[in-house]
Amino acid sequence: MAKNLVIPIGPQHPSLKEPACFTITLEGEKVVNAVVGTGYNHRGLEKACEARTFIQDLYIIERVCGICSHIHSTTFCQAVEELAGVEITRRAAYIRTIMAELERLHSHLLWLGIAGHEVGFDTLLMYSWRDRELVLDVLAALGGNRVNYGINTIGGVRRDVTPELIEQIRKVADIVEERNKYYIQLALSETTLAARLGGIGKLSHDDAIKFGAVGPVSRAAEVPDDIRVTDPYAAYDEVPVTAITDNHADVFGRTVVRVLEIMESVKMIRFCLDNLPEGDIVTKVPRKIPEGEVLIRTEAPRGEDAHYVRSNGTDKPDRVRVRAASEANWHGMKHMLEGDYLADVPIIIAAIDPCYSCTDRAIILDNHDTGEQSVTDWRSLREYSINWYKVRGIDTSKIKIAYSPLIF
Amino acid sequence: MRKGPGKITGEALRHVFAKPATISYPAGELVIDKNYRGRINFDASKCIGCKLCVRDCPANAITIDNLGTKEEKKMQLTLNYAHCIFCCQCVDSCNKDAISFEPNIELAGTSRKDMIVKL
Repeated sequence: MAKNLVIPIGPQHPSLKEPACFTITLEGEKVVNAVVGTGYNHRGLEKACEARTFIQDLYIIERVCGICSHIHSTTFCQAVEELAGVEITRRAAYIRTIMAELERLHSHLLWLGIAGHEVGFDTLLMYSWRDRELVLDVLAALGGNRVNYGINTIGGVRRDVTPELIEQIRKVADIVEERNKYYIQLALSETTLAARLGGIGKLSHDDAIKFGAVGPVSRAAEVPDDIRVTDPYAAYDEVPVTAITDNHADVFGRTVVRVLEIMESVKMIRFCLDNLPEGDIVTKVPRKIPEGEVLIRTEAPRGEDAHYVRSNGTDKPDRVRVRAASEANWHGMKHMLEGDYLADVPIIIAAIDPCYSCTDRAIILDNHDTGEQSVTDWRSLREYSINWYKVRGIDTSKIKIAYSPLIF
Repeated sequence: MRKGPGKITGEALRHVFAKPATISYPAGELVIDKNYRGRINFDASKCIGCKLCVRDCPANAITIDNLGTKEEKKMQLTLNYAHCIFCCQCVDSCNKDAISFEPNIELAGTSRKDMIVKL
């Protein structure tokens, strides 16, 4: 009997432009085992937050993710506002909602392009990224930057929506809606796309619950899990939201959920613009935040985003914990990959819309039997990596690394 | 959706005459929204030296110095563009409107020294 073949995919460019290593064991062309290895891009941002004030932290938190930057800063702001006992104005809540939905548009259009690229349908990449550019332009006009918009502040938003901007957003919403109708038609009727995406990366309804999948991954398995519906925040208590679900429970289902969600977002943006309340956009919040701890959940384009913030009564947080949506979706990845062909691996990984560096946190290994805990520091990690390569015939011990005195 | 070769012919012909979706840059003109965050401007006459901008800057890119005396202030803002993340929190933090921004993003330089600007 032929021996199983082990293929490491990554850590350089494993289907997407971020580092992670997938060790795939093959039997013929079929994946029999998969090990997901993240942790190549740990940035220590939670620790960095503790050394800075709440206002400075806003901009660190915004840089957790390049795609869902607004939702991370919204979550953090909500957490701090909750601790300070401040309620933001309705206008500010509506502007945050408009921004969040525009962000969802750009995130889903970006994903659609990447999915097209992964399956060799580059025309779709060109089309959807062309449309995404319109959304980015309007995000830049509203927020001030293309990616890290910086529109949120603790106590509200930093920028108001002008009548000209409302017209611009409406125009973009119309164009995106019109073009998205074509993508929906494409996703639902194009036989090659359905044949390529259907039946791969299966995660059934029960498995989605078991692995704690979130966002479009769980909604594609008929789990109506949407924080905008189940635990409304910002203006979602007034804006009509429909959680889009699908019963395919595979990559095709995830595609359908995302393209249909674009339509829902357009509807929500229109509703917010029609019903935008008058009033101030910012409420004053003291610099020193009262003692306490809070956990806030929001719905990022990729799924549920959770932030835990603990304050000790100073102007700096005591602890900040960020649970990005991709972190929840990694747990089911092994299950999704197993049983599929090697050629399907890139699109299955891309289908959860992963964000590698968003999920990289310090890990404490906990032995359930003995209760022992262990943490690996940088020096021992380097020794581990040198040995790892030595076994494979490569000596990397000669490479000099300038150690930062801050770490050692 | 139309079926058959007619579908692709129509689409191909449409794209022959369509305007490009991309813009020509740097050969062409760059159109940026007036609200886009770029170059930071400083009005020394308005600055009272409270240093709220220094305190709030997430990138520690700003320093404020008084080159004059206590009575006759001559404030100077030193900005490190290599550190600046263009969040414009300093503009929001300034109570005296001494700091402002303009949508100018062409600020690249060839050395790190060029990035430190005294305003």
